[in-house]
Amino acid sequence: MKLLNLFLFIAIITLSCTNANQDKRNADSNSIQVKGSDTVLPLAQKEAETFMQKHKDVSITVVGGGSGTGITALMDGNTDIAMSSRDLKGEEKLKLQEKQITVEVKTIAVDALAVVVHPENKINNLTREQLEKIFIGEITNWKDVGGEDAKIVVYSRENSSGTYEFFKEHVMGKKNYASSVLNMPATGAIVQSISQTKGAIGYIGLAYMNTDIKAIHVSYDEGKTFVAPTMMTAKDKTYPISRPLYYIYDVKKSDKVKSFVDYCMSPEGQKLVEEIGYIPLM
Amino acid sequence: MKRFLENLLEWIIKGCGFISAFIVLLIVFFLFKEGTSFLNSSPLEENYALFVNVKNPVQKLSDLDVKNIFDRKITNWSQLGGSNDSIITIDVNSLESVFTKEQLGPNYEYLSICVNHYIDSLPGTLAFFSERTLNASSGTKEIKIDKISLWTFLSGKEWFPTAKPAAIMGTLPLLIGTLLVSFFAILFALPLGLFASIYLAEIADERIRKILKPVIELLSGIPSVVYGFFGLVVIVPFLQNTFDLAVGETALAGSILLAIMALPTIITVSEDAIRTCPRDMKEASLALGASHWQTIRRVILPYASSGITAASILGVGRAIGETMAVLMVTGNAANLTANLLQPVRTIPATIAAELGEAPFGGLHFQSLFALACMLFLITLITNVIAERISKKRKLS
Repeated sequence: MKLLNLFLFIAIITLSCTNANQDKRNADSNSIQVKGSDTVLPLAQKEAETFMQKHKDVSITVVGGGSGTGITALMDGNTDIAMSSRDLKGEEKLKLQEKQITVEVKTIAVDALAVVVHPENKINNLTREQLEKIFIGEITNWKDVGGEDAKIVVYSRENSSGTYEFFKEHVMGKKNYASSVLNMPATGAIVQSISQTKGAIGYIGLAYMNTDIKAIHVSYDEGKTFVAPTMMTAKDKTYPISRPLYYIYDVKKSDKVKSFVDYCMSPEGQKLVEEIGYIPLM
Repeated sequence: MKRFLENLLEWIIKGCGFISAFIVLLIVFFLFKEGTSFLNSSPLEENYALFVNVKNPVQKLSDLDVKNIFDRKITNWSQLGGSNDSIITIDVNSLESVFTKEQLGPNYEYLSICVNHYIDSLPGTLAFFSERTLNASSGTKEIKIDKISLWTFLSGKEWFPTAKPAAIMGTLPLLIGTLLVSFFAILFALPLGLFASIYLAEIADERIRKILKPVIELLSGIPSVVYGFFGLVVIVPFLQNTFDLAVGETALAGSILLAIMALPTIITVSEDAIRTCPRDMKEASLALGASHWQTIRRVILPYASSGITAASILGVGRAIGETMAVLMVTGNAANLTANLLQPVRTIPATIAAELGEAPFGGLHFQSLFALACMLFLITLITNVIAERISKKRKLS
């Protein structure tokens, strides 16, 4: 009896699996695969959700995994749209060349990174050079940048995060982080830790700003002008630590993905961008 | 018919036993296969190489040298035993700042020529390119990079698995961090758990026990993320204020949290062990005039010692393998320290944080499997030691 049950169980499972596979194949013609950056992920999910409510015949699958993963999948033809929080690297351009794929790179939103400290910290302004030295471990005390005599505690994201790479490239001149940097598993944890550590400094997406932490005004021209990270300054590009978020797709597939991408660029789609906490394009 | 059913049942039970043993072996095999395959490979990305001017006397670089060069901590070849030329680095992402679009050609056709010429004309160049785009020509040569050996993997002091161009994989800080956190966790948890279990089994009256035991068992039902969050908002600020630290995310915070998490296991298992002490043994001891405390110390604890050892091993097992809670409170800074009041990074936390985004089958991915192998060996060794200890006790 037991064995019979087991057989039935297995049979049901295999049947349901094959069914699911068939469903997938049938829907392939009007289903869109979106894969890539975890930064873009919440936005793409929201956009896909609202888009699918309007167009019942289209199904969109959104998967994370990182910008690099998305772009690799695009090259191999495993995804229709690659989400990316960075531009194509020279290496990736070369590979696309080799495979003779022409891609369209669309900016769909802008994300800004705020450098934040504990609210009681007296420092308001830092230059890029000072930030670089703090994060690579050359400056370890606040008094070296004009603050009080206290140790600097540096918080960063994990090394697998796209934000980690972005900050390294755009603020630290591609140098490696110091070994003593604390790696936090999520941006929320960075906010929590900085709000309770007096000597702390870290970076977070603008969407995560709140009153428990203080944003630093950053200068990229050696201290002439310091800009605060706000929606306004990020929009008019005076705030330097910001990055565009992209959808990348093969031009051969543009018919298939056009309606979705256009929706994301429309005023309605851009409203979702603001809801999620990124900076809309217009 | 009945006979047949019984036989069938026997076979099913046997089969289950074999299958589970087989699965365990399979997992171990898979783990070690993935975890050892990256040894003796180059720390550079596959098909990539570093090129220098052919006249450059330096033949070989270590992975740390490469990192320091690209971090601009080493800026002159003379620091590496070469001639007195400052080091100029060039890679595929910095092409556009060195050459114009026309020089490279619309489809990068002239890339190889451009870079070869560049290396040829500037003797201090260090170029990082894929072997497909650049071949060593008359003016350039490939520079050798030390391969990753078991020794450098175990004794390296820096952990930068995603560093470009050369990944730095030293697991010593991770190993020390794991051992430090687990050791102190068990140091805190064992006395507390042992005394609590003695109290529950021998001293507490039935009414209190009926309340206390479910409460303690409830502790093991709390998800570890909840523990982690509790640690982050309660234990971390508390340590920061008490010890006047710059940062509260320390090994100590992890140890305390793990001690709390290991408590239910230790208490439940050792209480059961204490309860198995036969009633006549206890009564014989009391009849000889020993006090209740003397009986506990001289009769009950020695009798239950193997069970208590098992309890502490289960506790250690939980402590060593715990990821999420530790990930949230220890700060995860891979610096080499034996100081309890410094941030540390543990092996499970590293695997949990990095495996999700490590490219499948790549060097980083395989090195995380090697970390998993290390973790497996550590638990295996503690288990074997514990078994030895409990066996010896029983014989005496």
